[in-house]
Amino acid sequence: MSRVTPASIPDTQVMDRRNLDWYVDKAVQVLVFVGGVSAILFIIGIFVFITKEGFGFLTTTFDAQEFFTSPRWRPTSEHNPTYGALALIVGTASVTGLAMLVAVPFSLGAAIYIGEFATGKTREALKVLVELLAAIPSVVWGFIGLSMMNPLIIKLFNVPVGLNVLNAGVILGLMAAPIMTTIAEDSLKAVPDGYREAAEALGATRWQVIFKVVLPAAKNGLVAAVLLGVGRGFGETMAVLMASGHSINLPTSIFDSVRALTATIAAELGETAVGSDHYRALFTLGIFLFLITFLINLTADLVVRGIRKK
Amino acid sequence: MASQDVAYAIETEALNLWYGTFQALFDINLQIKQGRITSMIGPSGCGKTTFLRSVNRINERLGYVRTTGSIEVLGHDIYGPDVELVQIRKQVGMVFQRPNPLPLSIRKNVIFGYRLHEGPHRLGKAQRDEIVEGALRQVLLWDEVKDRLNRPAIELSLEEQQKLCIARLLPVKPAVLLMDEPCSALDPKGTEAVEEMIWELRGRYTILIVTHNMAQARRASEECIFMLLGKVIEHTPTGELFVTPQNRETADYIEGRYG
Repeated sequence: MSRVTPASIPDTQVMDRRNLDWYVDKAVQVLVFVGGVSAILFIIGIFVFITKEGFGFLTTTFDAQEFFTSPRWRPTSEHNPTYGALALIVGTASVTGLAMLVAVPFSLGAAIYIGEFATGKTREALKVLVELLAAIPSVVWGFIGLSMMNPLIIKLFNVPVGLNVLNAGVILGLMAAPIMTTIAEDSLKAVPDGYREAAEALGATRWQVIFKVVLPAAKNGLVAAVLLGVGRGFGETMAVLMASGHSINLPTSIFDSVRALTATIAAELGETAVGSDHYRALFTLGIFLFLITFLINLTADLVVRGIRKK
Repeated sequence: MASQDVAYAIETEALNLWYGTFQALFDINLQIKQGRITSMIGPSGCGKTTFLRSVNRINERLGYVRTTGSIEVLGHDIYGPDVELVQIRKQVGMVFQRPNPLPLSIRKNVIFGYRLHEGPHRLGKAQRDEIVEGALRQVLLWDEVKDRLNRPAIELSLEEQQKLCIARLLPVKPAVLLMDEPCSALDPKGTEAVEEMIWELRGRYTILIVTHNMAQARRASEECIFMLLGKVIEHTPTGELFVTPQNRETADYIEGRYG
């Protein structure tokens, strides 16, 4: 007669017992979920807030034709306030455009050097340096524009004012270049080494490898880098406010002062009565900015994923 | 003796190679006959791939490689001071372990090498098409891809990709083809097809092929080199190496006692 001991049969109650590990696991799950969802909720919240504040203006005083075609932004006029944002839009666009002319060659050149030529310590040092540059606060860049670029431009080009499209464009370009460099370098690094090896074994020189193989293969990432730079340019406030001259103007040359959309909001919002037409008009500018940067970032994202590729 | 008329495509003398402080090749003296298929066998890490990669100097990409001794390709010392890397790579084509077609169309892959070297005199479309067709026919791929030359090369099967990688070498008119385990990423059927194609190329090109697969070396090569721990142990016609090996190490290896 054999006696089977029941000890080896698991007790259902033992198996179901919730110990500390189980609770920690659940808690972390909930925490991570909340963390992930809250980012989305905050963005939706911000959009709802901006829209709500600007909506009253959009449905009443807002005149699309005036908003997009008139350069007269006179929200504080007592008898006849006008809300033409054209000058602000053109201001932002011209500064961003010039900034890209400065930033694209710099950042692509730097990315190609770091990714394809530099090795070992040089490469590591450069990457750290570029990341440090990206961390410079925008007010510091604005300060450089105001106190260094301003007199320099006046002296070099013999113009009366040094706070203009040129100043803001160069400052913004230098500001956007580091982050663009980092993204462009990442996309160069993602190109499989087998491509380079194949081209080199066929007798391609270093430049041929880069121009005929690496850059075309990294095209999506490079376009995304530029688009993110453009997004950065549209959204930048402080540096542009300080370096652009902040005067409402349809620029005819790079030596004209302009005013940016963002800078307008920053400078005027504190001085308006909450709920007034002016206050709401500023929020409408906010909606407009939000939509543009959203579109630019979305395009960049789609380009990175290669959706536009057939 | 008849062997005196034989021309050598690759000759090395006292070739030593270091990766940093690690010596990978010891005193290699090899003479590889022109127009023949020569296979290199040996266990992993014996230096066969390293040797192959120094014949077109692609080893130097790593940056920490040091070489002494000489390698002559068709009578020219490739480490000589007056030699241009681009010229070596034109003469010595290379096929890699994993097929690595460029992210371009099939047609552009084939013409890529040619276009690198074509200089200011550009060919018309008809002439280019002729080059593409000729190269693809030589690797027995033309009939399979002639209707989809503008499709991306990565859509091809691995076997076809590897054939394409061989085809794109041909318009540059190389004398030597180096192949680094060209079939190791392929299934048995693909291996057979690529081997057959390589066999078709013999006589026109000097082919040096590294392989892990002894049966492949036996089937698809005329001469065979056995390497061990960075040294050449034996170099004879393939039949002799497998039937009457001269060295104990060779015999042990081909009988599968190690490796």
